Amino acid sequence: MAKLKKSPWLLHYDGSSCNGCDIEVLAALTPVYDAERFGVMNTGDPLQADIFLITGGINTQNKDVVKQLYDQMPRPKVVVAVGVCACTGGVFKDCYNILGGADSVIPVDIYVPGCAARPQAIIDGVVQAVELLEKRSEEHKAMKKNKKKGA
Amino acid sequence: MNMILRIVGYIVLAPIIGGLLEGIDRKISAKMQRRVGPPILQPFYDVKKLFNKQVILVSRSQTFALISYLALMILTGAMFYAGMDILMCFFVMSTAATALYFAAMVTSSPYATMGANRELIQMMAYEPAVLLSCVGFYLAEGTFNVNEIAGSGKLDIIFLPGFFVAFVFILTIKMRKSPFDIATSHHMHQELVKGLTTEMGARNLAIFQVTEWYENVFLMGVVGLFFINGSYISVIYAIVAILLVYFLEILIDNTSARMKWENMLKITWIVTLFTAGVNLLVLMLVRVA
Repeated sequence: MAKLKKSPWLLHYDGSSCNGCDIEVLAALTPVYDAERFGVMNTGDPLQADIFLITGGINTQNKDVVKQLYDQMPRPKVVVAVGVCACTGGVFKDCYNILGGADSVIPVDIYVPGCAARPQAIIDGVVQAVELLEKRSEEHKAMKKNKKKGA
Repeated sequence: MNMILRIVGYIVLAPIIGGLLEGIDRKISAKMQRRVGPPILQPFYDVKKLFNKQVILVSRSQTFALISYLALMILTGAMFYAGMDILMCFFVMSTAATALYFAAMVTSSPYATMGANRELIQMMAYEPAVLLSCVGFYLAEGTFNVNEIAGSGKLDIIFLPGFFVAFVFILTIKMRKSPFDIATSHHMHQELVKGLTTEMGARNLAIFQVTEWYENVFLMGVVGLFFINGSYISVIYAIVAILLVYFLEILIDNTSARMKWENMLKITWIVTLFTAGVNLLVLMLVRVA
């Protein structure tokens, strides 16, 4: 059971972010912070990801993409909104094309504030996401058991 | 009886050894990049996690193709460690690689398809060196039988240094290491996303991973075959050689950028021709004389 906790793979998606938070996300994965020592890997593939890191607000063009990415991720999964734009829309909130934060299209579990979010804050968010993932994984197992009983 | 024991030993131990080797690989890679790196058991955590995830299939036949890949690879290794025909082992291995090609092709995802096509090109690149190595063993020992090659009393590396270099060179392709990791990528965000494995998630990716471990243990066995001559001391040579070759692969992986497939094909064929080819000529001459 504890295995999921030991190998959280990330999917990083850049919404309409200014790239500030993206650079910080990548900084958190560099040798300086070495996220791989916790088994964290940055994968570009939603089918293989456990944690969805999203930066930037949702606009009319990327809302379908974000939904699609979320749907392609297998359960158990956790969504982390990184930076104030992904949390609420930030300074772009009132733009004509911005729908709001990531939670305007998909359910967000963890909000990491900041403009740009600091690597330390991002790692803290991911650590919380991993704990949540553990809980989700138990729920997922219980669900699978119930399904088997029903069938 | 001994043969059955060896087959069962391979089936049980290969994933454990393969996983540990990958864990050590990741640890050493991390040290080379001045990082702490994941725990050595990390590959096992990853696979365990993948088995517990929700299964989303793009195409149902992918699972069938992947299980064939696994079964054929186990067959390859089992035949090798049981001491059967080495030529046959490599033929079965090519069939396994074809099953992997289908596993990626059936999804019709552009990234997986491109990865699958590149896998075929990789096969084209490494196949000559592999077949020539078999020929080399035959010329040195007069047999394709692994048992007889291993127990002949002759140290094959003395006769086959060129073949050995060619084989180690193509190992980089087979182990999916940079600069030749063109069909799939272990690292994030490259032009192919994850290449061959893009559409494999959860259980299927775990099967792929375990098959890679079986394959690595088989390939390392072939490296060892160059050194084993039936005496106990030669087993130690073989293990030292395997560890050195593995370290060399990690070093190459960490110090080189990936290549275009054209360059890969050219370089591998040139190296194969010059090392294995020259070695072959010399062996033939010696045999005639």
